[in-house]
Amino acid sequence: MTIARGAVGNGSAPRVKSRTIVNTKAAPLETTPTPVAMPADWRDFYALTKPGVIRLVVFTGLCGLLAAPGSIHPIIGFTAILCIALGAGGAAVLNQWWEADLDKLMKRTAKRPIPAGRIRRDDARDFGLLLCGFSVAIMGLAVHWLAGLILAFSIIYYSVIYTMWLKPRTPQNIVIGGGAGAFPPLIGWIAVTGEITMMPILLFAIIFMWTPPHFWALALFVKPDYAAAGIPMMPNVAGEKSTRFQILGYSVILFLTTLAPVAIGGAGLIYAVAAVLLSGAFVALSVPVGLRMPSEDDKLKPEKRLFAFSILYLFALFAALVVDRIALA
Amino acid sequence: MTPEEETEYKARRKARNVVFAVAMFAFVALVYAITVVRVTD
Repeated sequence: MTIARGAVGNGSAPRVKSRTIVNTKAAPLETTPTPVAMPADWRDFYALTKPGVIRLVVFTGLCGLLAAPGSIHPIIGFTAILCIALGAGGAAVLNQWWEADLDKLMKRTAKRPIPAGRIRRDDARDFGLLLCGFSVAIMGLAVHWLAGLILAFSIIYYSVIYTMWLKPRTPQNIVIGGGAGAFPPLIGWIAVTGEITMMPILLFAIIFMWTPPHFWALALFVKPDYAAAGIPMMPNVAGEKSTRFQILGYSVILFLTTLAPVAIGGAGLIYAVAAVLLSGAFVALSVPVGLRMPSEDDKLKPEKRLFAFSILYLFALFAALVVDRIALA
Repeated sequence: MTPEEETEYKARRKARNVVFAVAMFAFVALVYAITVVRVTD
């Protein structure tokens, strides 16, 4: 009888050894060596954290930190931003762990590490939990417990309330779930001041109002993908016309929300000018999206233009806030 | 496992170990820096 042994489960090299035991009573039984799974590449773990999204999260968190009144030691400030990044990365990993089956069905997400089979689902879950736990603990211990608490809440908000509960159930998923992406500037601000005031709540509100037109512009040109995965995005449930009208509506509300920091005296002239120009451009780009009904073979250029601009918009608006704060100081 | 696969296996494992070591070293350095800041505050 031939017994094949593969090195499995002890982390050692996958050498396959075989030994022969002479058995006079039974016929020889040949077995093939157990295939050893290739370890996941570290780049796949990195990709799981959605680095593109983290860039925006880190930037808005940093802006919240820099725009807050008061000062913070650079090491503690760096730690706060690192924790925001790791927490957001961990939440993104948990999102992909939960949605791996759905991601397989969508062209846009099918090549992600879990649906593509490059990372085991359980490994992704453990990695996500590790990142989340680590980020909250360090934020609480080293920076501020209120900031740690809000970070923990934002992770639960994104990975449980949005990913597991809202996204598969309601077309309002993006509206309510958008709150998850709105926490970073609030956390950055609290890391410095240790308290929640009106200004960081307005920064939260700006991202909250920005999320629906940003995501629905995307949803309009990847509509078949969401339909294939059975995710009730607004264009698939309420129809294109309603979605387009809501994009325009939220853009106008966003315009007014971005002026609120000026109204309460939390920002000065530089921010005011930037907010009017940028939000005005946002509304201007939303008008063609909101008022048109494209044909079947339409390239959806206005929608793609609005989506691309919406990312630039948020970077520019928050940068203006920081420049304004530095100029005031 | 073919020799090519074994080479790839070892390369991936080594890369992961290096990344893990760098992360651990960075963590220790961060905790040290935070401690210094908090103690001198």
